[in-house]
Amino acid sequence: MSMTDEAPRLIERPVAAGDPSAAPGTPSVATERDVVFRSEDVNVYYGSFRAVRDVTFDVRKNQIMALIGPSGCGKSTVLRCYNRMNDLIKDARVTGTITYRGTNLYDERVDPVEVRRRIGMVFQKPNPFPKSIYDNVAYGPRVAGQKKGLDEIVENSLRKAALWEEVSDRLKDSALGLSGGQQQRLCIARAIAVGPDVLLMDEPCSALDPIATAHIEDLMQEIKQDYTIMIVTHNMQQAARVSDTTAFFTADVRSENDTRTGILVEVDATQKIFSNPSDERTENYVTGRFG
Amino acid sequence: MTDTSVVHQELLTVDQLQIAPSRRHREVIIRYILLVTALVSVLVSTLIVWSLVREAWTFVTGVVWADTWGQQGWFPRRGLYDIPTIVVASLIVTGIAMVVAGPLGLGAAVYLSEYANRRVRSWLKPALEILAGIPSVVLGFFALTWIAPNIVGRIGKTTFLVLGAVILIGYAAISAVIARSKIKQYREGTTDPSARIGAVASIATLVVVFALALAWILNVWLEFAPNNAGSLTAAGIGVGILTIPLVASISEDAMAAVPDSLRQASAGLGARKRTTATTVVLPAAISGIVAAFIVAVSRAIGETMVVFMAAGAADAARWTDNPFEGGLTMTAAMASLASGTDSVVGEGLTFQSLYFVGLLLFLTTLSLNIIASRFVAKVREVY
Repeated sequence: MSMTDEAPRLIERPVAAGDPSAAPGTPSVATERDVVFRSEDVNVYYGSFRAVRDVTFDVRKNQIMALIGPSGCGKSTVLRCYNRMNDLIKDARVTGTITYRGTNLYDERVDPVEVRRRIGMVFQKPNPFPKSIYDNVAYGPRVAGQKKGLDEIVENSLRKAALWEEVSDRLKDSALGLSGGQQQRLCIARAIAVGPDVLLMDEPCSALDPIATAHIEDLMQEIKQDYTIMIVTHNMQQAARVSDTTAFFTADVRSENDTRTGILVEVDATQKIFSNPSDERTENYVTGRFG
Repeated sequence: MTDTSVVHQELLTVDQLQIAPSRRHREVIIRYILLVTALVSVLVSTLIVWSLVREAWTFVTGVVWADTWGQQGWFPRRGLYDIPTIVVASLIVTGIAMVVAGPLGLGAAVYLSEYANRRVRSWLKPALEILAGIPSVVLGFFALTWIAPNIVGRIGKTTFLVLGAVILIGYAAISAVIARSKIKQYREGTTDPSARIGAVASIATLVVVFALALAWILNVWLEFAPNNAGSLTAAGIGVGILTIPLVASISEDAMAAVPDSLRQASAGLGARKRTTATTVVLPAAISGIVAAFIVAVSRAIGETMVVFMAAGAADAARWTDNPFEGGLTMTAAMASLASGTDSVVGEGLTFQSLYFVGLLLFLTTLSLNIIASRFVAKVREVY
């Protein structure tokens, strides 16, 4: 399942991962295979209301991509496009194209369930099932029809999520007895157990204390060699600490009908976004003058 | 600015912070009025239970106990009080009612909670509630005049065997799931012998019930005779229809209480809707669903009008365990004794037998309701 075997990792940290001003169709040949997601002019509507407008950027393999921006700027909505979780919301509609390793995710023949087995998700609030720790991690493989080798998958996933040491002697206990930080790592283990190559994380640390947050951040650095990670975060320091590339979103507020539409302001190497952003709005946000 | 600061610095007296005495009195009066209204219902219940117990005691002490067991049937005027006759009739009606209401009610609940969109929900839920509002006398009439000839009357010997097999297989499937968890419990309970005994006992119970049900179904099949007048089956189906909304609405409440984040987590792991419903939502809501079934059982046992009209016996009944024959349930026996011009006459203890059956019913439904409320409390503890 690991993608590291398929292509050599030529670039550890690309300088610009997807400047929206650059034409997305003309990246250099060397990096083409590294593109996991390519989104072009993505719009998300809830009914007739446009929640997100014209989002265009690429996400590269084995990178951590952070989506930052003020509340209501559509970061989570964008994130949920990548494993078609927006399908679960009635009246939600996505236009534009999102390709995943060269395939249009929104092709009518694509089964969202198949997509979600490859593109895992970790949610804002830890949401373990009211089942045992073991059953939580084994849930995804079982749903996919796997019956054998579950013990191994559970152990490996818990090890990857840096939780094995803490729970190995009580795998049969209820997951609800774990602390918030442990629960969130369990949710990461549960997502990993399905064997995805992308992890989408929707503010995974917002319900956690600083120590648990540090745990999760270390974990992200460790697992990024096997996965591509997209993380929505409210916490700019977190984005600066963990991500390779950052996309800054803001809300375009129309006062006449009081609607907010999320727009992508810029995408660049995280270092550049936080030190020398091209857009004034980004600078205002990252320096704390706005938002 | 200076003015307000002066005001703030003034000292307060207790009077300024006091509640007006008249207002305080009003609070107290309202409190006691409400207390009295609450006490009235408690008092009424106590009086009812007391009158039940007193007359039932007369019956218990006066009746020849040997005659309440193994007689030909329930013939109060002749002094034959065969309690098993009416208890078994009640059980049959309740069992049939649950076979009807369980799958239909639970199916409706799963559909409403997991599948229906807002538009379908907005008319389907009220429609179910209308079903709950149909007076039971109307349903009784419907059961007697329509269900009995058109449904029960058309069940042939083969249909019955197929139905029986389906029910047995369903029961076996559910027991297999329970037994598996009990076996697991047994294996893990090496240090706790009481857990092992409990596990063995519940598996034994499941097996015994299965054997009894199998024997019963075969027996009924052997002496099968079609009947399109009132029968226990017709009454059972009627009562089942009556309890569908109950099962549906309590189960749906339990499923709606399962946080949406669990459904999202499940979908995010690549589960389809039916997988999410059966592996996440139903197990998480199981105590509420069990409570729904218990409440429905208790309602079915206590239901009177439908069984009185559609069960096919007037005021006395021969012993039967055949659901296609007419019978008299506990409730119907009471209703028939207490109605009509020659009510409550006959042999000396007829009047008191009514109270005894009433007490039996009361205790059954009371204990079922207590168990149900325990389960409901448990569903709240889960998250």
